[in-house]
Amino acid sequence: MSTARWLFIGALLVLGAPAGADDSPRYFKGGAGTDVAAFVKENCLACHAVKPGDGASHSPAIRAELGPPLYYAGDKYREEWLLEWLQAPERIRPAGYYPPTHVRATPEGDVIDEASLVNHPVLDAKLAEEVARYLMTLTPYADRLAEEDYEPSTVPLRMARLDFRRFKGCVACHQDVKGEGGVSGPELYSAWSRLQPEFIVSFVRSPGQWNPGTMMPVLEMNDAAIHRLANYLKTIAEE
Amino acid sequence: MRILVMIVMLIAVAGSAMAQEGRLLYERYCVQCHGVEGTGKGINAPHMSVFPRDHTDRTEMMGRSDEELFRVIRNGGASINQSVLMPAWSHNLDDDQIHVLVRYLRELCCEEP
Repeated sequence: MSTARWLFIGALLVLGAPAGADDSPRYFKGGAGTDVAAFVKENCLACHAVKPGDGASHSPAIRAELGPPLYYAGDKYREEWLLEWLQAPERIRPAGYYPPTHVRATPEGDVIDEASLVNHPVLDAKLAEEVARYLMTLTPYADRLAEEDYEPSTVPLRMARLDFRRFKGCVACHQDVKGEGGVSGPELYSAWSRLQPEFIVSFVRSPGQWNPGTMMPVLEMNDAAIHRLANYLKTIAEE
Repeated sequence: MRILVMIVMLIAVAGSAMAQEGRLLYERYCVQCHGVEGTGKGINAPHMSVFPRDHTDRTEMMGRSDEELFRVIRNGGASINQSVLMPAWSHNLDDDQIHVLVRYLRELCCEEP
């Protein structure tokens, strides 16, 4: 058998290996040391954009989008959430980051093809700390967040839920209660613990400014209405 | 004659590229609710209070003009007194892309494969 064929089979074996919790590659253990930036670039780029335009996620023609962009992670996530999640990653989007590649039609209706979903590798505590700290330094849009004038507060649950579900229609794609709501978008009952408040407000107002290929629509709300929705996410998180 | 053949071929290629773009746009923005096959049975549908439109239902789809389809994609369900669960896509799609989608919807509902 030719060398090329052996290489091809080897590549298939590597690509075909599931990236589950129990069989994470060895290099995910033991810390990235001083070059955590190189570690992230080498290991995360396969599924995440680590600079604008990576994976050309702006194009609807690109199907293999496995995870969210990371180059503005420091503007988006809460560090304490990143630290925990990287050590015990749980799926946030029931149908994966790009649902069309994870659904199939059945006579009863479309279903999520669970076997096609990819698990995020588990990082040990030391590596998770290094990676989380590094990701929090990626803040290209800090000015955007600084412009937000948002004072989080709680809102009456029933009214806010009605607004989220019936009047704004967010429930078509997002769950505000586990098991209740659409499954194509990220779960929102955990959004407040995951995301920075100013990011939530800024993203809801202009999702395409953050992620040009996003599937999140714009609802053309005024700031007060956006703040009410963000407050709802805070309220359900603290319920 | 040769020029005529070339023009016909160019139109055919352009039409096929347009259909391909329509399918990809539909996959990205519509399939989650309207389903892989366009029958309104997307993965979000069981969680909704209103059934997403079945785009393969010829009778229902013929009841909507191209202009209405364009408007509902661009400005959302509320713009034609339908559900707010159908959002406005004008910030995600430009008018040309919406026209491509309307064309794709006509393929889904009303043209023989």
